[in-house]
Amino acid sequence: MSEFMISPGLILVLGAMLIPVLNGGLRALLLMSLPALTLVAVWMLPADASLQVAFLDYTLEPIRSSVEGRLFATVFSIMAFVGGLYAYRQASTAELTAAFIYAGSAIGVTFAGDLLTLFIFWEIMALGSTVVIWSAGTPSAYRAGMRYLIVHLLGGVILMTGIVAYALDTGSLEFTSMQADSLGTWLILTGFLVNAGAPPLSAWIADAYPEASPSGMVFLSAFTTKTAVFALLVGFPGADILIPIGLYMVFYGIIYALLENDMRRILAYSIVNQVGFMVAAIGIGTEMALNGAAAHAFAHIIYKGLLLMSAGSVLLMTGKRKCTDLGGLFQSMPVTAINGIVGALAISAFPFTSGFVTKSLETSAAANEGMLIVWLLLLAASAGVFLHAGIKFPWFVFFQKDSGLRPPDPPANLRYAMWIFSFLCIAIGLLPNTLYAILPYPVDYQPYTPDHLVTQFQVLLFAGFAFFVMLKLMRRTLTISLDFDWFYRKFFKEIGGEFTLQSSVAREAREQQAVALLNQLIDRLYRHHGPQGILARAWPTGSMVLWVAVLLGLSLVLYYL
Amino acid sequence: MKTSTEDTQDHSDQSERKHWLYRKENLPKLWIIQIVILLLVLLPEFFIHHHLYFEEQGFVLDGSFGFYGWYGFITCAGMVALAKILGIFLKRKDTYYDE
Repeated sequence: MSEFMISPGLILVLGAMLIPVLNGGLRALLLMSLPALTLVAVWMLPADASLQVAFLDYTLEPIRSSVEGRLFATVFSIMAFVGGLYAYRQASTAELTAAFIYAGSAIGVTFAGDLLTLFIFWEIMALGSTVVIWSAGTPSAYRAGMRYLIVHLLGGVILMTGIVAYALDTGSLEFTSMQADSLGTWLILTGFLVNAGAPPLSAWIADAYPEASPSGMVFLSAFTTKTAVFALLVGFPGADILIPIGLYMVFYGIIYALLENDMRRILAYSIVNQVGFMVAAIGIGTEMALNGAAAHAFAHIIYKGLLLMSAGSVLLMTGKRKCTDLGGLFQSMPVTAINGIVGALAISAFPFTSGFVTKSLETSAAANEGMLIVWLLLLAASAGVFLHAGIKFPWFVFFQKDSGLRPPDPPANLRYAMWIFSFLCIAIGLLPNTLYAILPYPVDYQPYTPDHLVTQFQVLLFAGFAFFVMLKLMRRTLTISLDFDWFYRKFFKEIGGEFTLQSSVAREAREQQAVALLNQLIDRLYRHHGPQGILARAWPTGSMVLWVAVLLGLSLVLYYL
Repeated sequence: MKTSTEDTQDHSDQSERKHWLYRKENLPKLWIIQIVILLLVLLPEFFIHHHLYFEEQGFVLDGSFGFYGWYGFITCAGMVALAKILGIFLKRKDTYYDE
């Protein structure tokens, strides 16, 4: 193709550079129009669009149209639009600029036809998201952002090493479906999984995201992990290893969220849980499972954004983030509570919400493949989602005990953003075919059967019953839970501290020894050469005469003999 | 951003009645409502024949009465219990990492 093409992601990346120089209404206009323009560009791009550039011995493809890419780019654009609406009044200029560059580079990944282009956008995302975290401006956000950056730079190095090895093996940089059967492909898979929040490094999500500003975390929840889902979907469909990894993530998210006290950290663990469903579905690898992963990612970005907008509004209006400090807020923040509940119902896959029509594709795919254990675990996990996110979040924030807090609902732009996402959660749930039509493969699935409705209600309502029966066991405590990040935040730090201590003690001992030796030498010299030293004493004339007489006498005696 | 509790907390209004949800006498009603809903969703079990996905493998448990209900309840209770047990080893004061 020879005609001029611009990667849709670049509209956001380059447009974001204008954010710092515009103010007031013009800035609001820019924040609204950039994602809208991007969305238009995504859909204007022909289905077979491809821009190829020769680079050294390789062919790069900075723009390549694909159905998967278009789907993810669509929801990323929607997220940038609604996130921008939510953020534009209270977020800092740095945060808005970084968030739009971050969103744009995520869209850049979805149109990358080669691994080098993918890698470049991948790294811009890491930098953009780090700045979003830092924009909260607190010391804890600075440190958490630094840890986040280190994890992602590590993931980037692994990915780049894999890409180099892959290019040497195959002589091609094309980003296409791969088999994890060589060093290069294994490293690429590992690099993707780091960003997906896979074990053992899952902790970075719950460590870093909740330190961002209220709007910052809304942006963060959408792009990094879902771009990784996209990369796995295109790069490693049907890789068996992804099934156990995904299932681990699913239950890791539930257990840690159940233990957690910080409302936004609960939702962060829930991101790992949800991405776990998608990763497992990609591992199953049938057309239905891949459709499920893609649809689930689409729906997830919207309802997770909604949940975090609700939590962010609570944080903004109360300054509190711990469940132990919150409760009873439904009385004075009805809009925030209602939208939070819609998000909670959607993430739990309640009938008539977006979760119901998307997640069921994944569980049905497991059933259709006869994977009994996987199916049973996914079913238990679906109940667990309602437990840890669907009830726990709204219950402890908006209900439980009355904390006495009576903050009002947040400003209008935040409320509108939440209503838009609530509307989308329910609209997708009621009209699933609109979403099904843009999925990678043709969909032959009807979510609204009496059997499915009844079973889903049974699973969820009995899970809810379990929550209230066991409520005493879930009393909130002022605690955090240890995770793999303990190794780099405590273990190696303590070892490093101990090493510093021990080595400085040892150095001091050496130094004292050397000083003692030197002092000893000086003392000796002083003793012999000092004013009283035997070699420096002033000798009396009489004794000299005496000794001369003795010597002369001796020589006389010797001569005589 | 409001950070001080004085702004938001309403100490003065003793006359304000507690919200319906927070009154002690309503607690049994809430439990009854919940249990009625649970019985209602079990009702279709008498009319609906569930699709068995794993019949070929000899697994027919998902066709038993109220399978999705009791399975959801038991697995959730199990997850809460597991979290409780792991919490003994994993929980630390939330100032643990503070420098």
